[in-house]
Amino acid sequence: MPVEVRIPSVLQKLTGGQRRLQYEGATVDELLDAIDGDYSGFRDQLVENGELRRFVNIFLNDEDVRFLQQLKTPLKDGDTIAILPALAGG
Amino acid sequence: MAVKVYIPTSFRSLTDSRAFVDADGADVVGVFRDLQHQFPNLGEMLFDADHNIPEGINVYVNAQEISALNGAETPVQDGDELSLIPVIAGGSVMTPDEVDRYSRHLIMDQVGPLGQRKLKGAKVLAIGAGGLGSPVLVYLAAAGVGTIGIVDFDTVDLSNLQRQIVHSTRDIGRPKVDSAADHIADLNPNVTVIKHQAPLTSENAMAVIPNYDIIINGADNFATRYLVNDAAYFARKPLVDGSIFLFEGQVTTFIPGEGCYRCLYPSPPPPGMVPSCAEAGVLGVLPGTIGTVQATEAIKLILGVGEPLQNRLLLYDALVMEFRTVNIRRDPDCPICGDNPTVTELIDYEAFCGSPFHEGAVAAPA
Repeated sequence: MPVEVRIPSVLQKLTGGQRRLQYEGATVDELLDAIDGDYSGFRDQLVENGELRRFVNIFLNDEDVRFLQQLKTPLKDGDTIAILPALAGG
Repeated sequence: MAVKVYIPTSFRSLTDSRAFVDADGADVVGVFRDLQHQFPNLGEMLFDADHNIPEGINVYVNAQEISALNGAETPVQDGDELSLIPVIAGGSVMTPDEVDRYSRHLIMDQVGPLGQRKLKGAKVLAIGAGGLGSPVLVYLAAAGVGTIGIVDFDTVDLSNLQRQIVHSTRDIGRPKVDSAADHIADLNPNVTVIKHQAPLTSENAMAVIPNYDIIINGADNFATRYLVNDAAYFARKPLVDGSIFLFEGQVTTFIPGEGCYRCLYPSPPPPGMVPSCAEAGVLGVLPGTIGTVQATEAIKLILGVGEPLQNRLLLYDALVMEFRTVNIRRDPDCPICGDNPTVTELIDYEAFCGSPFHEGAVAAPA
């Protein structure tokens, strides 16, 4: 079940500069594990002690997974995941 | 008779931040009594000691001023729109120059003479006269926003001019508030500029932010972003937030009580985890795009037209040239605007963020 994952600029150094990834996973958690298998250290940027870090949001399609089932939010074929860190620049 | 009443930005803290409220009455004074009943604090603004409509407020029924109709006894009908416009310094009549200057606005149904007066009566505060603040200040001044406040402690540096279009080469070394105020005066002498040349801090924020109707955040560091969020919430002011990095931008409008920056990002990243624009760079035109969206949002809020970016986060990726929005919402567990708030006054934001208000060695102002 491939899901498109949009990688923000701040994390692209971990994904070899790739902005879009195609990965599979039954849940957000599994998806991040799968990405981390190929790009070591990726998961740690987003997850700490089993919880999503509080300055990063993961959106499943248009909805924040914090208001769904967090890391356990199920995924289906064709979903889009966007990772959005807080930006400070002005 | 059920009518829609436009609430000017300066009174919206009295109406739960609503730009329009519904009210009933057979005539203007009847509608005012209903407003007084619904919003007692607003009521105090609508009647003077003699129970008359104060001279400081002009009232329009369907864009006609009531003194040209039957005054307070002007009858209203179902579906009428009643607008409250505070009389502002400089008189209520537009000069021939202003009619000419704003002619493209004045012929629009969504702006018109009444909308232009709303703009003139509005007070908007820009946090930062940098990358985002530059287009914000230029477009708000051009649009005729009557009072613009600028918070910035910094001076113009040559490396700013790649994106901070409110400043010029001859301004290098000058305070940004002075440089920006001169630019605005050249562009539109009808605008009053209030300069706040100091870092915004927990000590001074509540002496500044409550004086404005709308706050626009163009800060370059997390400590100021959280400070401005909290102060705007405590002062019940709409906050138009924008931020940028490399080729990416985010914009949203926080209406007090409908969600805030902490609902979106409960805490800041640890220092050094997210590089700043000074460390990583920013495409010079990027803040132009994002700041212009922020200015658009502020103008819509003042006019009471369209739909603000409320509960929506606009994401811009300049590299693939894509805009999209995602849904955001108030977090019932938010420490500021949640059901059981634990933060009820401004805190030490430098300690909260582990970084200073002005980034210095960590990151120079964007």
